[in-house]
Amino acid sequence: MRALAQALMPHLTIVPILLPLLTACLLLLLDGRRHRIRGMIGLAAALANLAVAVLLLFWVGSDQPAAYGVYLPSNWDVPFGIVLVADRLSVLLLVTAAVVALMALLFAVARWHKAGAHFHPLFQIQIMGLNGAFLTGDLFNLFVFFEVMLAASYGLLLHGSGPSRVRTGLHYVAINLLASSLFLIGAALIYGVTGTLNMADIAARIPQVAAGDRALLHAGFAVLGVAFLAKAAMWPLNFWLVPAYAAASAPAAAVFALLTKVGVYVLLRFSTLMFSDQAGASAGFGSDWLLWGGTATLAAGAFGMFSTQRPGRLAGFAVIVSSGTLLAVLGLARPELTAGALYYLPSSTLGVAAFFLLAELMERSRSADVAGARAPEDEEDHLPFPLAELELDKDVNLDEDEEMLIGHAIPAATALLGLAFICCTLLVAGLPPLSGFIGKFVLLSALVPELSADTARIDALLTWVLPVLIVLSGLCALVALSRVGIRFFWTPVDREAPLLRVVEFVPIAVLVGVCVFISVRAEPVMRYAAATADALYSPAGYIDAVLSARPRPTPTNAERLSLHGQESAP
Amino acid sequence: MEIVLACAIGVLTACGVWLLLRPRTYQVIMGLSLLGYGVNLFIFSMGRLALDSEPVLAPGVPTDLAHYTDPMPQALVLTAIVIGFAMTALFLVVLLAQRGFFGNDHVDGREDAE
Repeated sequence: MRALAQALMPHLTIVPILLPLLTACLLLLLDGRRHRIRGMIGLAAALANLAVAVLLLFWVGSDQPAAYGVYLPSNWDVPFGIVLVADRLSVLLLVTAAVVALMALLFAVARWHKAGAHFHPLFQIQIMGLNGAFLTGDLFNLFVFFEVMLAASYGLLLHGSGPSRVRTGLHYVAINLLASSLFLIGAALIYGVTGTLNMADIAARIPQVAAGDRALLHAGFAVLGVAFLAKAAMWPLNFWLVPAYAAASAPAAAVFALLTKVGVYVLLRFSTLMFSDQAGASAGFGSDWLLWGGTATLAAGAFGMFSTQRPGRLAGFAVIVSSGTLLAVLGLARPELTAGALYYLPSSTLGVAAFFLLAELMERSRSADVAGARAPEDEEDHLPFPLAELELDKDVNLDEDEEMLIGHAIPAATALLGLAFICCTLLVAGLPPLSGFIGKFVLLSALVPELSADTARIDALLTWVLPVLIVLSGLCALVALSRVGIRFFWTPVDREAPLLRVVEFVPIAVLVGVCVFISVRAEPVMRYAAATADALYSPAGYIDAVLSARPRPTPTNAERLSLHGQESAP
Repeated sequence: MEIVLACAIGVLTACGVWLLLRPRTYQVIMGLSLLGYGVNLFIFSMGRLALDSEPVLAPGVPTDLAHYTDPMPQALVLTAIVIGFAMTALFLVVLLAQRGFFGNDHVDGREDAE
């Protein structure tokens, strides 16, 4: 496996971007009504994407201290051409994204992909944007991939149409356009100060920035950070998230759970790369903001869970809780905590994605109206569920050709849904025995020694806020989810078993299964996370790997390459 | 020239932010457009302002930025304009869909009480 990855390596880095792009082009050429063949092609591409991500994981996870797959797509010298970098962090996120995307697509193939014309191309472009954002080593390229990702997400959010999707979509588009403007302002300021857009090059130049320009540089990073924090759903920039995610169709919402992680990824990358100990006067810039912003986000998400009883909205708040935990922990900027966060990240992402898919099945089984016809912020949300009105209407489905559906009704559907719901609850609330608990346990065990050693500090009281909140957020999630679970699964109402298709249940089962796997094999995953965190906090390896990459000699660039060598020699 | 450009960016951004906070979807889209123009000019200014300088190499001119204007921000602005234009067009579609669903142009889809 590793040998195969090694053989393919220099070019394997760009495959996660090219593969979905080419698939999307191919899918666009096919007739929009041929859902089955489009679904098959999309699934094959998503599967191949996962395979490539796993291959990359084997390559970067090899025993050498830190592996950086640096790829120069344009074959230009490093600070000038664009560059892709596959390191442990980006590959970890690639694999997480690939798993969620594949499962969401499988879920969509049962029903949702027929609700609009271009679901499959949009979905592939979404995967491409995500992968590109994880792999790029260039600030402006990051903007482009962000926009690719967002453009696809606008389409996916509106997929299926309906008033609530259009209204929340309008808010979502407006907020993200504003965030993109902030991104551009920040990127332009950073370029104006450092004169480069290559992330490794910026990191190398930050210590030498003139004292007078440093405030401008920090302003640039702060503006940039606001754009990412809006994406990562930090309070108070996250009011758009819950209505939009709850209104989106389930497969789209599951993928959107990844979009917040892109914000977290970029913040982690920047804070460790640009503001490490070697950054001179800029070291540690912004980490307090991450810590307290993340803490506020955690609190807001935890209380938000109490305020709602719709599963889709609960999942939205679970996304916020997950983001808040990650941001706060990253703000503390300690390798062992970051290792815990990197274990917690895939587990919580998979758990929340499974919950989004499950929420749709649960809501479909309880209400006969077409999903989306009801506004997500309806006041009825705060009332107990009208379970007595449960009448399963066979015309719920958005597709016209009912006989084309794959799968069949399972008699034990309610039992299976209930079991999946319990697993999701354990994952979201962070209870044993699943991986959510292990992630939170690692975080807490790294947080608490710091407290006992440091109790003399004036802000000792303040440092207790985070661990207590992490525990409390788990409790809030448990209470809120149990309440919903009891109403859905235990309230005795004579109703038909919900219609559950195998194709729709398998993705949830697989997502939960992956979480079980990373709980059982927690040790190698944790070792990988710890190695990732160590590599992140010694950014010299990343900077050297990128800046020492040389273009391949070709007949046309030989002259330029030797010229460049002469210039840099003196 | 700096003061003129700074004023232009400031006025565009201020108008954009003001319109963005208005409750009508048409005002919001105008605000986003103005904000986009302000941002594009801002990126442009980050390459330093230069009069009568070319962004491409010319023979016989020393190859340093004192004799050229920085081509990088121009390329960035081009990308940003294209992306911003596409996103504005998409926003326009959503705006029309919203208008079709709710019959008004309020961003929340409901008429004000006033």
